[in-house]
Amino acid sequence: MDIAPTASVPPPKAPPGNSATRPGDRIFLGLSKGSGITLLVIMAAIAVFLTWRAVVAIAHNEGNFLTTFEWNPNANPPVFGIAVLAYGTIVSSIIAMVLAVPVAVGIALFISHYAPRRLAAPLGYVVDLLAAVPSIIYGLWGALFLVPHLTGLYQWLDDYLGWTGVFAYDGGAARSLFTAGILLAIMILPIVTNVSREVFKQSPKMHEEAALALGATRWEVVRMAVLPFGRSGVISASMLGLGRALGETMAVATVLSPSFLINVSLLNPGGGTFAQNIAAGFKEAGDLGRDALIASGLVLFVITLLVNGAARLIIARRKEYSGANA
Amino acid sequence: MAKRIDVSGLTAYYGSHKAIEDISMSIEPRSVTAFIGPSGCGKSTFLRTLNRMHEVTPGGRVEGKVMLDNEDLYASGVDPVSVRRTIGMVFQRPNPFPTMSIYDNVAAGLRLNGSYKKSELDDVVEKSLKGANLWNEVKDRLNRPGSGLSGGQQQRLCIARAIAVEPKVLLMDEPCSALDPISTLAIEDLIGELKEQFTIVIVTHNMQQAARVSDRTAFFNLAAIGQPGKLVEIDDTERIFSNPSVQATEDYISGRFG
Repeated sequence: MDIAPTASVPPPKAPPGNSATRPGDRIFLGLSKGSGITLLVIMAAIAVFLTWRAVVAIAHNEGNFLTTFEWNPNANPPVFGIAVLAYGTIVSSIIAMVLAVPVAVGIALFISHYAPRRLAAPLGYVVDLLAAVPSIIYGLWGALFLVPHLTGLYQWLDDYLGWTGVFAYDGGAARSLFTAGILLAIMILPIVTNVSREVFKQSPKMHEEAALALGATRWEVVRMAVLPFGRSGVISASMLGLGRALGETMAVATVLSPSFLINVSLLNPGGGTFAQNIAAGFKEAGDLGRDALIASGLVLFVITLLVNGAARLIIARRKEYSGANA
Repeated sequence: MAKRIDVSGLTAYYGSHKAIEDISMSIEPRSVTAFIGPSGCGKSTFLRTLNRMHEVTPGGRVEGKVMLDNEDLYASGVDPVSVRRTIGMVFQRPNPFPTMSIYDNVAAGLRLNGSYKKSELDDVVEKSLKGANLWNEVKDRLNRPGSGLSGGQQQRLCIARAIAVEPKVLLMDEPCSALDPISTLAIEDLIGELKEQFTIVIVTHNMQQAARVSDRTAFFNLAAIGQPGKLVEIDDTERIFSNPSVQATEDYISGRFG
């Protein structure tokens, strides 16, 4: 709509250097500026909405919002707290990261530096495919296949590591935070792998050759020239994965049997995550219940922001040594 | 310490394309041998066959013999990794490891070969940087990244990295082509000093440079684009530049061709 009037403007008589008056530049400037402003407005609108509803909810809360192990916003007086949700969200995401990142880096290195070309392409394709599977499918697979098949592993962990308490297991259905973590690990594997692979592929040939010419073996080339170059990329990739793990809803809601308890054992059922709790409670919640859920969503928003900020700090601190200024 | 190289009947391929054909020559220890010739004549490819770097390129393979003193580098059972530890290489574009400090760059090769005490590493790093005429410029900032140096300093850092492992032979693939004249001069002076200890082979497009630094010069040429490169002649540098035995060499050097 903006384009019609500008199209009729005759081409400028070309006083060169005054590029701001050229219609193409003006349209592009307007479009890019507009997109940027739109994004900021949407972000601000979400933040304002979340904060406003959260403040309403917290004002009515009779319990401590941060430390209460309970979620009864519809009771009289309303009592709810996010302690269990924050714990469950962070723990399941950490488990997912610990399991997924090393495997993802391994797959990415295999595809980019080890696999013969005939194998690398199909393997990359399969990983891409994994990323396209909807999360509810992962959830169903988790609930119907993973949960019944994990009891053996959990029993084994209990036999050897049960004394720590963290891996104690009393033999119930494996609908625990650890199961959620395993499922999340599988779900974030493709994105961490793909981003890492792209970064590794771009590691400069000249540095790999420098290592080779010093008499480095293939693994030593990877260690000297590929991994250091890809470090910030792997961190970014992990943060993308972590973002997905923190916010994942359906898959966690399907495999976890939620409860408002913090269990020392990761293997016994119980616990919950922000997203899972919102999905489970939103339909039946009253007005205050919805606001309470929104307040918990705001906390998730803040946690995600903090995680991203931390990642940027880590990357910036190593900037001088990154491959980018080579 | 320095060793001689004898090449006989060497042919190198990229996939089905024959890049160089049937090259034989001897390279004397403690001397500088320069390779000159038009682009695409295979002089860099030939250089890379001398430390088995050619086969790193997908499809790269080699036929023929390369003898380092009495050891055939292409005999079955020879590990290319150990060949490369004996024959160092400096590349066209300075390529210090960007994620490592100056110190770590020089120590990188040693750390591959085994574990050393800190004091031993310190000694080798100092000796190598001095050997590369870089010590005075960087001794106060050994822990800064190598990528912060100028191009000429980076190239000397790469030379320090290559000589730190005390190779028998040092291969240089157009080491000055990305450098300004002053840095080039510094590297050329350095080559003159290094040949006391090492056998040096240098590829260059700059004929004045070949005339300045080398004792022997080899001229490569190719019949036509797509044809394999061949060795035309190798002789004392003085003779190549004054009175070469092949007409094509004289044409190339005097600028009547290529």
